[in-house]
Amino acid sequence: MFRRLPDRSGEAIAFTFDGRSVTARPGDTVAVALLAAGIATCRRTPVSGTPRGPFCMMGVCFECLVTIDGRSNRQACMTEVTSGMRVETQDGPAPSVTGDAP
Amino acid sequence: MTPRRIMSADEFADGYDLVVVGAGPAGMEAARTAASHGLDVLVADENRAPGGQIYRGITTARAADLARLGRDYAAGAEIAEAFARSSATYAAGATVWSIAPSEPETSTGTGLDIGISLAGAATFVNARHVIVASGAIERPFPVPGWTLPGVMTAGAAQIALKTAGLVPGEPTIIAGTGPLLYLLAAQLLRAGATITAVLDTTPRGNWRAALPHALDFLRSAYARKGVGLMAKVARGTRVFRGVTDLAIQGSGRVEAVTMRRGNEETRIAADLVLLHQGVAPNLNLLLAMGCAYAWDEGRAAFQPTIDEWFGSSLADVSIVGDAAGIVGAEASALQGAIAGHAVACRLGKLASDARDREVAPLRQRLAGAERGRAFIDRLFRPADRFRRPRGETLVCRCEEVTAARVREACALGVIGPNQLKAFLRCGMGPCQGRFCGLTVSELIAEERGLPVCDVGYFRPRIPVKPIALAELAALEQSDSAVAAVVGFVETPSTIHETEETL
Repeated sequence: MFRRLPDRSGEAIAFTFDGRSVTARPGDTVAVALLAAGIATCRRTPVSGTPRGPFCMMGVCFECLVTIDGRSNRQACMTEVTSGMRVETQDGPAPSVTGDAP
Repeated sequence: MTPRRIMSADEFADGYDLVVVGAGPAGMEAARTAASHGLDVLVADENRAPGGQIYRGITTARAADLARLGRDYAAGAEIAEAFARSSATYAAGATVWSIAPSEPETSTGTGLDIGISLAGAATFVNARHVIVASGAIERPFPVPGWTLPGVMTAGAAQIALKTAGLVPGEPTIIAGTGPLLYLLAAQLLRAGATITAVLDTTPRGNWRAALPHALDFLRSAYARKGVGLMAKVARGTRVFRGVTDLAIQGSGRVEAVTMRRGNEETRIAADLVLLHQGVAPNLNLLLAMGCAYAWDEGRAAFQPTIDEWFGSSLADVSIVGDAAGIVGAEASALQGAIAGHAVACRLGKLASDARDREVAPLRQRLAGAERGRAFIDRLFRPADRFRRPRGETLVCRCEEVTAARVREACALGVIGPNQLKAFLRCGMGPCQGRFCGLTVSELIAEERGLPVCDVGYFRPRIPVKPIALAELAALEQSDSAVAAVVGFVETPSTIHETEETL
């Protein structure tokens, strides 16, 4: 759905999404890296369980909420990828216990 | 000299003369100008680098980025460099979630207390004055299927292009109305992307309302740029004008778009759909503070009430740039500078005659930058049917509330957006009404047969962005706040008394 222009490539940063290995570039937000990897869906809604993905990319719509390194409700479009980051689909409501874990 | 950059919440000073919220063109210019008069200025911005959305990524843009994004984008570099040379303190990645009059018990000053989160910790800073430059957000575009993965705003695609050099693959459809639609299409084409089609939903009848403003428009820079952009897009992709209906289909993600033009229905396969029907002021913080606002029928949007110095209805709060009413980047920067001088004068750093001398040429340039805007507003006013959906189209994306349910609730006696929250939770999800507020107000107005100004908008509450409870709990509490919750305040004497009672 998106491709990266050749003049914007850089050193590869490896992270995982639902256990699958994904490559980001320096400065990428999690949302950008997922879109560049062809991943459109990053959560399922708490109300009906339907899939959603990044929508506004500017921190306003909260559609790109994911779990990052065990902490839920993180905005993928506002969080910069770091090497080894563990990103997971947020499935329905965030679990309250792991939600507060550091 | 570069602005002092704050990396964690404990680096904030207790108080500043001026806190500017937002580091787009308006915020950067407001901060730079105010700092030039010797004010102690803090700029708090959610992004990781200055520029706002319009100049997003400007401080790290390379020659190739500047070439494809165009001259207007490149102009942001100068503003960002001037800001970087100013003495303002800059907090990147900072979220302002509350602004309220100072609490005498905990605050170090009078004026306003500002709740800010940065790098996982929250704090309050005090300010004698606040300038809100919170910019614009995309207007909701509630059509069937607009929540499917693979549907994004045009602004989102532009951010991906500016910050990471991402361009859409095939097949991609851009749909809606407004200058940004054609700007994005032109930028993507210039970057070598293939766009399957542009579906233009601009109502044909809008020409009639726009015509009286055509002369001003033709004398403006918008005219030259606009014609060039539209010609470029027409050469580079198929443009379908006069689109009267739009629906997005897919199972689990986007697969196709169906459009109607008059009686003719067309289905086009799509992997990515970029929607846009204009932007509106980003008001949540301002409304949570209690700033007065009004409905602008010509722009079909709410905007805050401001005076000639960009002061809001609250004495210590100014509003500049698109947050005060959509004006674009160039006018936003000029408004920021004018407000910067005005606040310096208000806080005793600049005599009023000196302020007037500084501001006169800026006002002249502002008039030039605003020329042609009335024509654009009227020409690209989105059609009623794309603002006031029916049936099973989702209005509130977060709580998944359909247009039909909002309309039914009105029939049950809902009188306004705030009561609708209690009925349907509409506007109570994490986006806090940002992507349904305008739709909700207009639907209630239509169902009740009232003007939208009489219905009003949601009353947003602090925190205006979600923050972790742990951050709130770690904040220092005033005695009265503790007493309100616990019933008493622990002091050495009350602890002693408690022990004796036990």
